[in-house]
Amino acid sequence: MKYIKYLIVGTLFGLTLTKTEAVSWFRIQEMFRFQSFHMYGIIGSAIAVAMISLLIIKRYKIKSLHGEEIVIPDKKFNKGIIFGGTIFGMGWALAGACPGPLYALIGSGYLSISVVILSALIGTWTYSYLRPKLPH
Amino acid sequence: MIELLKQPWPWYVSGPIIGLSVPILLLWGNKMLGISSSLRHTCAAIYPGSVSFLKYNWKEEIWSFVFALGVLIGGFIGGILLSNGEPVNISPETVADIKELGINSFNGLLPEDIFSWSSLFTLRGFIIMVFGGFLIGFGSRYAGGCTSGHAIMGISSLQWPSLVAVIFFFIGGLLMTHIITPWFYSLF
Repeated sequence: MKYIKYLIVGTLFGLTLTKTEAVSWFRIQEMFRFQSFHMYGIIGSAIAVAMISLLIIKRYKIKSLHGEEIVIPDKKFNKGIIFGGTIFGMGWALAGACPGPLYALIGSGYLSISVVILSALIGTWTYSYLRPKLPH
Repeated sequence: MIELLKQPWPWYVSGPIIGLSVPILLLWGNKMLGISSSLRHTCAAIYPGSVSFLKYNWKEEIWSFVFALGVLIGGFIGGILLSNGEPVNISPETVADIKELGINSFNGLLPEDIFSWSSLFTLRGFIIMVFGGFLIGFGSRYAGGCTSGHAIMGISSLQWPSLVAVIFFFIGGLLMTHIITPWFYSLF
């Protein structure tokens, strides 16, 4: 039962991604061709709302519901952000989805997307395996 | 009300809801938004092999599987129960560009010419689905996150490496859309 909250937030997240068409290959094509503000509006306003919320949490030192201090660890820069970022962007544009939308699309009845998820798992595993040899 | 929910949600409604998932996850469970990690935890749970990057106690990350399951359920509610059955309302310029690639199905969220079981058995469909998925999984882990973890969680918490990541997401995406895609689709 302690996990039910993640099911609720995940459901809201997936519902929103789907109803705003961010899961759509067509919208991703449109975004990378700069032919609509839609996707930029979604990502931009999501960042703005999250940023303001985090500033409030930090400013007033708000604790989690279980009384834990909220600490966001720093992301360290490494070259993987450049190489991996470019590779991810190519996949995002080719398959027209990032990981969240992939799960939502399965729920929307596009069962063949399970092949894309399986391939993403193989990609993740391959990266993990090659990690010691890749530039970081 | 249901009729209103069935309409496509405008960005100024959906963006803030997506943004609010960041403080909700933090305050409710002290967890950071990030979806591609669930792929790593799945690998760690199913077949870590001898890979040290996949050897950790994935059971501590079960929440990310539950979150992913929720996203799937949300997709069912949004894509089936609350579907209005209309094609995605993309701009006429995009429709023209996509037609030029040789794609003619505009119903639903995805073009059936590419994303279907029968397409999987064509070279074009296979490459898009299998190679595309591979790049998503490989690249997101190499970069340490995807759109949720870097673009939303990372930038909103003022982490400059995440801004760099998103810039390179776009460099890769623009390269694919404007240089590789026209050439690739012309082969078929």
